[in-house]
Amino acid sequence: MANIKLTNINKSYGSAQIIKDVSLDIKSGEFIVFVGPSGCGKSTLLRSISGLDQVTSGTLEIDNAVVNDVPPSKRGIAMVFQSYALYPHMSVFENIGFALENQGLPRAEIKKKVEAVGEMLQLTSYLTRLPKALSGGQRQRVAIGRAIVRGAKVFLFDEPLSNLDAALRVQMRMEIAKLKRDLPNTTMVYVTHDQVEAMTMADRIVVLQAGRVMQVGTPMELYENPNSVFVAGFIGSPKMNFITGLPAEKLKAKTIGVRPEHFEFSKTPTDISGTLDYTEVLGSDSFLYVSTSTGMLTVREPGRTQYKTGQKLNLKPIAEHVHRFGQDDSSLK
Amino acid sequence: MIAQVLYAFFTVVLGVGGCFGYFYGSNWLLDRTFPANANNDASAVRNLRVQANIRPWLFLGPALLLLSVYLIFPVIQTVWLSFHDRAGDQFVGLANYKWAFYDDQFRLSIFNNILWLAVVPALCTLMGLIIAVLTDRLWWGNLAKSLIFMPLAISFVGASVIWKFVYDYRGAGQQQIGILNAIVTYFGGDPQVWISLPFWNNFFLMAILVWIQTGFATVILAAALRGIPEDTLEAANIDGAGPFKIFYRIMVPQIYSTILVVWTTITVLVLKIFDIVLTMTNSQWNTSVLANLMFDWMFRGGGDFGRGAAIAIVIMVAVLPIMIWNIRQANNEQKGH
Repeated sequence: MANIKLTNINKSYGSAQIIKDVSLDIKSGEFIVFVGPSGCGKSTLLRSISGLDQVTSGTLEIDNAVVNDVPPSKRGIAMVFQSYALYPHMSVFENIGFALENQGLPRAEIKKKVEAVGEMLQLTSYLTRLPKALSGGQRQRVAIGRAIVRGAKVFLFDEPLSNLDAALRVQMRMEIAKLKRDLPNTTMVYVTHDQVEAMTMADRIVVLQAGRVMQVGTPMELYENPNSVFVAGFIGSPKMNFITGLPAEKLKAKTIGVRPEHFEFSKTPTDISGTLDYTEVLGSDSFLYVSTSTGMLTVREPGRTQYKTGQKLNLKPIAEHVHRFGQDDSSLK
Repeated sequence: MIAQVLYAFFTVVLGVGGCFGYFYGSNWLLDRTFPANANNDASAVRNLRVQANIRPWLFLGPALLLLSVYLIFPVIQTVWLSFHDRAGDQFVGLANYKWAFYDDQFRLSIFNNILWLAVVPALCTLMGLIIAVLTDRLWWGNLAKSLIFMPLAISFVGASVIWKFVYDYRGAGQQQIGILNAIVTYFGGDPQVWISLPFWNNFFLMAILVWIQTGFATVILAAALRGIPEDTLEAANIDGAGPFKIFYRIMVPQIYSTILVVWTTITVLVLKIFDIVLTMTNSQWNTSVLANLMFDWMFRGGGDFGRGAAIAIVIMVAVLPIMIWNIRQANNEQKGH
């Protein structure tokens, strides 16, 4: 059990400030996802927690102890890297057992622990192989096994699935979610740029932009009540539509946000009407791209669509699902 | 003077023009003899295939010819000489090899060669590795590496002349100008004639080659170190390995094949060591190595081509397996990446 507490964390490389005054409370046993576009500082923040990078200022606590000056190996953390970072010259067994070897555990105990982890991750028949003889998914499992075997209180994942193909990514996403269920006391911090991973795995999501925390909340909180245009646009796929001008002014907002699934079609002309430019039919849904006077809008329809390209459409946002944003792009309650 | 320059210019023009002419001309001839635009398609295809088979040999031909004349023929000639007497007239069988086997100087040279082999490649590689690791994280690391690399540009004879000053000895009462003796006398010791100290003088000569070759090892190994994925080092750090453990468990194994190539390259060089010994001691004071012994027998005191050739063959046989292994290793390395 270990909570993580960040208080006014700043991190600069030279004159470039990457992390700007981040404060965050991560509860023990929580699955937290840092999400944000490339270069938003999410990986840097994770590396600061791991100790691979030193914070410039602020306090970092793990398990209620300040760890600013504690080396990575003494922080009780384990890290899974984007590139897996397996030791190419060591067998799977040695890879997983290396941390235990460093702790000076007797050989028999290392063997026992590594084999237990191997079994848990279905790696038993691969223990003697070198990493290069494994598939991407297996390598990822070895990297996770390396973290599990140490019994670390905190797991840090740095975009662990981005090197896998789409099908494998879905499978590994499930495996990591299962791993979290099997290790309920382990705090996990997971970095990704993929909002789908964030939505599906997180207890709470931390949305970062340009080194600042934009919003913290459960996936549905962020989906339903984004506090800014940025978060609203980042969470949800396809992206939320932003409409300015008359329809927004009518609702006393600078911008209104409407998710693609929150439009109705009207027979009579509305404030938001345009022509159907292009349709994507996915089977379960259809995405309609409608070109209007306020720009291109995306509309989601369940199943097939009856509308034809070039047809004129009158759109009406469902009132209770409209998000209003003010002059500073923050949400109006 | 002018005539010489003109002569050199003319030679270059002739050489380059000759090469160009050969490649162009032979190619043209080939195209003419087996035309690709023959009357019927079948023969055109056949002609193209013949062209493709012949053309590589046309281009390789001159190089192969020069290699045979300057490399393969001398080897055969040396083997032949090693079975003949001092003038190369009389066949004597294995007598030259038998002589070498019982000769004190030959045994001493073999012993010294082994000593060089044991010390120099190991020391160069080890120091190169340490320097490469230490300079990797420093902002002035590249400058340091350049300085350490520089002696590689100095010829062995030149380096020996420099080191002669380091080891220089002046008689008692005179001021010592050699830096080693200067240091020794500064600390109250007696000046020594370093290069005539039996047995130890070998190591003073080896120091010169280590000085020259460490830069080579450093540069190659530094490049290999750069190739190690940074995150494996970070993972090891998190796994609780200390800096030394990261060095010998994570870094060294990942550049192991490069270390071997560096080691064997220097080994081959050491097996052929000649200039340093000739310049520093001229094989005196028990510093002789095989190459110097060969040189002495071949070209000094009237010359004994048979014995000289026999020693040369011994050196070649010793170098060959390491050379082959080295080339194979380097090829594997290229395939691996």
